[in-house]
Amino acid sequence: MSKRILFVLSLLLIASMLLSACAPQPAATEAPAMTEAPPAAFECTDTIGCVTVGPSDPVHIAYLLVVAGPNETLGIDSRNGIEIAIEDTGGTILDHPVKFDGEDGGCDAGPGQAAGTKLSADTTIVGVIGTSCSSEARAAVPLLSGAGFLVVSPSNTAPDLTEPGNPNHYPGYLRTAHNDTIQGAVAAKFAFEELGVKTAATIHDGSLYADKLQQVFAENFITMGGTITAQTAVDPNQTDMSSVLADIATGTPELIYFPIFLPAGGFIIRQAKTTPGLENTKLMGADGLFSPDVTSAAGDDVEGFYVSSPLLSGAAYDEFVAKYEAKFGKQPISIFHAHAYDAYMIIKAAIEKVAVKDADGTLHIGRQALRDAAYSTANHQGLTGTLTCDANGDCANPVIGAYQYHAGAYPPELIWPK
Amino acid sequence: MLRTWRQRVTITDIVVWAIGLAIAVIVVWGTISTLQSGKYTGGTWLDLTIKGLALGGVYALIAMGYTLVYGILRMINFAHSEVFMSGPFTAVFLALALGQSGYLDQHPLISMTLISLVSMTVSALIAILLERIAYRPLRNAPRLVPLITAIGASFFLQYVFRGLYGSGVRAYPTLAALIGFWELAGVRIYKTQVVVIFGAIVMMLVLYGIVQWTKMGKAMRAVSEDKEAAELMGIDVDRVIVFTFGLGGASAGAAGILYIILFPVVNFFMGFIPGLKAFTAAVLGGIGNVPGAFLGAMILGLLESVGPNLFLDGLGVINPSQLKDAIAFIILVLILIFRPSGILGERLTDKA
Repeated sequence: MSKRILFVLSLLLIASMLLSACAPQPAATEAPAMTEAPPAAFECTDTIGCVTVGPSDPVHIAYLLVVAGPNETLGIDSRNGIEIAIEDTGGTILDHPVKFDGEDGGCDAGPGQAAGTKLSADTTIVGVIGTSCSSEARAAVPLLSGAGFLVVSPSNTAPDLTEPGNPNHYPGYLRTAHNDTIQGAVAAKFAFEELGVKTAATIHDGSLYADKLQQVFAENFITMGGTITAQTAVDPNQTDMSSVLADIATGTPELIYFPIFLPAGGFIIRQAKTTPGLENTKLMGADGLFSPDVTSAAGDDVEGFYVSSPLLSGAAYDEFVAKYEAKFGKQPISIFHAHAYDAYMIIKAAIEKVAVKDADGTLHIGRQALRDAAYSTANHQGLTGTLTCDANGDCANPVIGAYQYHAGAYPPELIWPK
Repeated sequence: MLRTWRQRVTITDIVVWAIGLAIAVIVVWGTISTLQSGKYTGGTWLDLTIKGLALGGVYALIAMGYTLVYGILRMINFAHSEVFMSGPFTAVFLALALGQSGYLDQHPLISMTLISLVSMTVSALIAILLERIAYRPLRNAPRLVPLITAIGASFFLQYVFRGLYGSGVRAYPTLAALIGFWELAGVRIYKTQVVVIFGAIVMMLVLYGIVQWTKMGKAMRAVSEDKEAAELMGIDVDRVIVFTFGLGGASAGAAGILYIILFPVVNFFMGFIPGLKAFTAAVLGGIGNVPGAFLGAMILGLLESVGPNLFLDGLGVINPSQLKDAIAFIILVLILIFRPSGILGERLTDKA
């Protein structure tokens, strides 16, 4: 009897692990009707419907960011940027107050899908700022796009999301973050030319972001004349990296490139130092590992760890950082605060461009018109540069820098370009 | 003769044996082709073996909690993963404070003893509370009821700790005394791994000693054999059960400290996978059996550490390290099919 229970139970456990491992990719649903009955004066002719904001109602902007868990600084930092943007603009859009709330996307497909489902049921939402991670986007954007929202991500960098014809590319999705075709190329150039390494191995964690980024890195590295000794993967929740590192050590690479997240990234930094043959191998990650949590997760072993990340500068940015420090009492805790600020500004500008205002103050916003307005954003003076969105949704004007961590210090030191 | 043979062997048996044979062929074939390719040196294998044994030691101590409770109550305490998590997740605050004041580096032995005591106490307390609040009211309920309760308690504890200490990761400070390695015949043996293996063996011996040679241990074995008879003989069964949960909890707390020596990062979700692995180890060794849990855990740790490179690499499997957990759980399924009583059976309970 007990054996049977044990057996059934373990099968159930395995099944549940499998299920959570391959969370289904939701099918894109066609836009459900989302308009309340239009008032007599205004007739909605928009192909995917309109949002009506009553005279005393707020304009609802939501976020879908990772604000809890090991990667929470990434999303909280972006949310802080949005809050500053709302304050900077007086907390209103077209004289309506702004209602800003949202859901945690967990930096993963599963929670991303749950958050996307929840948000897409709320027809008062005009625009969504999110997601934080590309894996969240793959699960959540189909739902948000299907609900007719305008979605602007401050930190999704996977090339797929804005690649025409790609199944992960959805209408109404834009981003102010750089596309990883740029970051991967810069990382490869930095490794090959500045660090002078000729052999490298890459590790990804099965996430859309990491898989694509290491692929772009490897392609560029090979084109420049380098050799990729191994391209392998770990599980995002894996703690023991000994077998994957032993595998990589057989190729004796000079550099290991692992553009993944915490906690797995921290374990690789720590365990590489105690793997025979990798004691002196250079380690490099990407913007997913640009966080104060990396210093605590990797301890003293973080010394010398390289990351690539957007390079932010300029008078407007410095002024923003001063506001950030005044409001939150600390330096920006991650990297996509300014991108989130710009994302909010793009949504706001698009609303102001297309909204029709009745005499009593009621706003009518055509959802397709709003998307078109966002896509046609040109020469927007943002904190991250002058932004012009293309038809696929890429708005960024990125400069990528390389940084190096030092034990016990944050932020890491900018070392390239000099 | 042939007739009886036919009657005895069912189609299920044939399918099961075919699965077993197929897996055996894959393992042997993978091993041979990996070794023939000569990709890894002997040093690598030794390194992986030592790491596997260290991991096995941690699993062994967690598995004790499953096995002791099963031995006495015949129930699987699935909230044991969270008992394991609660200790090191609480002790991290003490460790950080000691690290900041510099005391950790000046008196590493005293500090580690203090940290371990905090971790073991918290884990033991959580385990005892769990028994008192969640399991005792259900002691005479059908067996499935406490099992489901355990899963609920597991989620409850996870999110209580998430609420208490936050959802982010926290890292233990590095202990200067444990940095470095000894070189033995060209192979580096890291101090952390030696400490973990040694610590696990000592803890296991202490636990075995308690169960075998103390009065309470004797009472535990008596209750495990026949609860009613033990009660009639004047054994306070409730006390024995509380002691068992406390012992299992303390052992999980100690496992937590060994775990953070290997992987010094804690968060509220850290117990889930090690807990499942330890459960697998307990079943592998024969649930209810103390030496069995140790044996099962060591085998599991070893297979998990060496397995991906040894069995799968030679077969050309892409990213074999991602299948680490799959290896562990395939072992669980195989054990349940071929030898449900585990390697050493239920010696603790069957002993006259």
